[in-house]
Amino acid sequence: MAGRREQIARARAEATGARLAGQALPSGGAWVTAARREALARLQALGLPDRRDEYWKYTDPTTLSAAEPIAAALFDLKGEPPMFHEMDRLRVVFVDGVFDPAASDDLALAGVEIERLATAAAADIHWARDLYGVLEARGQEPVPRSLATHNTAFAEDGVLIRVTGRTEKPVSLIYLHRAETSDAVLHHCIRLEPGAELTLMENGAGAARFSSVLEVEVGEGARFHHVRAQGRDHERRTHTHIFARLAERGVFKSFTATVNGRLVRNEAFLELLGREAVAHVAGTAVGDGDFHQDDTVFVTHAAESCESRQVFKKVLRNGAVGVFQGKILVTAEAQLTDGYQISQSLLLDEDSQFLVKPELEIYADDVKCSHGSTSGAIDPVQLFYLRSRGVPENEAQGLLVLAFLAEALNEIEDERLAADIRNRLEAWLARHRPA
Amino acid sequence: MAALDNTQIREPEVREGVDRETVETVASMAGKYKHGWETDIEMEFAPKGLNEDIVRLISAKNDEPEWLTEWRLAAYRRWLTMEKPLWAMIDYPEIDYQDQYYYAKPKSMTEKPKSLDEVDPKLLETYAKLGIPLKEQMILAGVEGAEEAPAEGRKVAVDAVFDSVSVGTTFKDELAKAGVIFCSISEAVREHPELVKKYLGSVVPQNDNFFAALNSAVFSDGSFVYIPPGVRCPMELSTYFRINAENTGQFERTLIVADKGAYVSYLEGCTAPKRDTHQLHAAVVEIVALDDAEVKYSTVQNWYPGDEDGRGGIYNFVTKRADCRGHRSKVMWTQVETGSAITWKYPSCILRGDDSQGEFYSIAIANNAQQADTGTKMVHLGRNTRSRIVSKGISAGKAQNTYRGLVSMHPRAANSRNYTQCDSLLIGNRCGAHTVPYIEVKNTTSRAEHEATTSKVDDDQLFYCRSRGMDEEEAVALVVNGFCKEVLQALPMEFAMEAQSLVAISLEGSVG
Repeated sequence: MAGRREQIARARAEATGARLAGQALPSGGAWVTAARREALARLQALGLPDRRDEYWKYTDPTTLSAAEPIAAALFDLKGEPPMFHEMDRLRVVFVDGVFDPAASDDLALAGVEIERLATAAAADIHWARDLYGVLEARGQEPVPRSLATHNTAFAEDGVLIRVTGRTEKPVSLIYLHRAETSDAVLHHCIRLEPGAELTLMENGAGAARFSSVLEVEVGEGARFHHVRAQGRDHERRTHTHIFARLAERGVFKSFTATVNGRLVRNEAFLELLGREAVAHVAGTAVGDGDFHQDDTVFVTHAAESCESRQVFKKVLRNGAVGVFQGKILVTAEAQLTDGYQISQSLLLDEDSQFLVKPELEIYADDVKCSHGSTSGAIDPVQLFYLRSRGVPENEAQGLLVLAFLAEALNEIEDERLAADIRNRLEAWLARHRPA
Repeated sequence: MAALDNTQIREPEVREGVDRETVETVASMAGKYKHGWETDIEMEFAPKGLNEDIVRLISAKNDEPEWLTEWRLAAYRRWLTMEKPLWAMIDYPEIDYQDQYYYAKPKSMTEKPKSLDEVDPKLLETYAKLGIPLKEQMILAGVEGAEEAPAEGRKVAVDAVFDSVSVGTTFKDELAKAGVIFCSISEAVREHPELVKKYLGSVVPQNDNFFAALNSAVFSDGSFVYIPPGVRCPMELSTYFRINAENTGQFERTLIVADKGAYVSYLEGCTAPKRDTHQLHAAVVEIVALDDAEVKYSTVQNWYPGDEDGRGGIYNFVTKRADCRGHRSKVMWTQVETGSAITWKYPSCILRGDDSQGEFYSIAIANNAQQADTGTKMVHLGRNTRSRIVSKGISAGKAQNTYRGLVSMHPRAANSRNYTQCDSLLIGNRCGAHTVPYIEVKNTTSRAEHEATTSKVDDDQLFYCRSRGMDEEEAVALVVNGFCKEVLQALPMEFAMEAQSLVAISLEGSVG
């Protein structure tokens, strides 16, 4: 008699086979075809995730891996200015997952080479060969992240960025949603040569279902800043993966703001491979009603004297669900590691849920690692204090929520970006105040 | 300058007393694994291996009624369809369940001796080594009239389980006067079938998990405690578990029922001889606490941990769960895990009653090649339920130590609270310390807080101790005892002393 585990493995292989049947790999030049074929083989071996996976304990991947996306209504900003609109930046626009040259700026910037994946894929040789799918493949241990592998195999668009110096302005990826049932698959690769610096912004919901993989190689002493806003009050289903590898003294800082959305899973897999590398990932998520947001982060310390921080704050109401799965792995070589992780939620009314799994796995003895997690309602004492000072209840609540989110917002280095995101969060709070 | 001089002169005097005491304490704990002896007692074995006949044989040996035999068989059939859990961070070779004895009983138990002189001297030696007082020894050995003999010192009722069989329980009469039932579970099945039938398997069902199913099928003995309504158990109850025979698995089952308003404190200790082969221990402990009842369950787990290279040692797969069924009930688990080659153990609380409370205090020490994956589950179902988790994990040598826990606040568990603190300490750079907590909050009025830290033994503290004349091992033992203080304080007095010395012994050889 076959054991239960065998049955599950067989069911997964069958489901993955059925899902991939008839789906042909996109055509392209030699380097990308090789990478896509490898990814397909990897995907067939790993299988697509399902609800029984421990790694998907708190989030149901069914709608993310299904053959067809579920339609999402287009969202009208009604004259509200889009994110980051006042900033001087190089705009790269994708509509439903396809690059739009007319809406984008000229892809020329000093110290940076920017190329569209669809263009680079036609070549037979490309520098991205060392990155595309390579970091994603490294991220399949110890748990499979096969949705990212699916992306590597089938993505047809995205950007390939090579940074050789200090960029004069940030690169801004803008994702627009135009067709109700669109299914966007984007794959970006970024290489920062030693000492280079880049700020990357991403914003917009992008599609009814949006899949993105971002592979980042941070060279010696290079700095990468990443600020992302995933659209607002949109019915999207999104899964994103960041795979990053840091060399000595490399700096990686990523911040994500999520405002509503049906289902959002943001994964980050970061490897600190050189001494004194620094990786920070942070996020704020605010959700009202039918909202499920999941941050899953895996940080590997594999070199001495590195620092990592994970700061995640979620504000949830009306049945919204927030998930955080974070792990710090410290290998035996990574002495003098400083690892910090905090995940907190504010549950504004009944029915909301906060599901957390903060993990540490440590094999070196001279380390400082800590994690904390809390969940609860707004402190009535603080509320009372503000009320007693004449602040109306609604406003007092808003103030306390902003104060709660502040620790994560402080992770954004650029003041203008931080201010923009803070304003959006304030606006959301004003719109979603209890009656 | 003058002030500084003063402190320099005065301080050594103050420290002196502490130093001497520490040095003496550490000196008194010489020797590595103290309980590594083996007693050569004539044993009666059931044939090796596991099948329905063995299950029936165990049941027949215990004179069990039909319903229990069927209950065991149902568990056995269920076990056959189950797969062993793989999720824990432990690594061990496949266990051959057919290469074990599932039943072993000291032969001298068959006839009652008249005095201690007639008791198998080897058995007495065992008791003496376990540190059991003389009077308790007589009762454990089943000497006639032992109950009337004068008792010495502090009273702790003891139930000793030797391999598979409970060999005797002390202070029965005195406990009976208070209405407390404390006996082996086989006796309880005969004398109080209605209680056993009502509660057995009601907290840990037969099919709960692979090891619990195995235990349900083959448990040979264990302790049974029933505290009637409103009774505060007049003394601490204690069970000593000892695996003695070779290739023998021990599968004891403990059932503790605290009726409304009752209170009991229960201590459990375990030892095993040094052997080159691994031995299996798969126990189940069930606790039921009704309205206003309180149960304290303390364990000092000191099974043989195996040698430096991981040869031998006990595989400890234990299911412990408390059901706080009643309102305002309270259960407190305290454990000091120093032994076993492998520990797989998650003492849990189901906080079903409103205002019920669960607490878990744990010290897990893994040295050499030991692997520990232990923690707790606090499931908040009732309103205003509270839980507190304090876990201290210490890894040394090549050991792996994992804290794995669940805190779950269900939608109906309004106004519940949890506080979790798990700290890990690493000694040396070949070991690992891991934390795997799950926190699920499904209502707004509850509050969950979780904190975890991992660090090494602080160099400043070590240097301070060394500069006061301690050698490195003593200094580490002292610092580690300080690290564990919060948990040690939750233990009953006798256990706290034993645990403190165990902490030091377990870490021997971890420095340098």
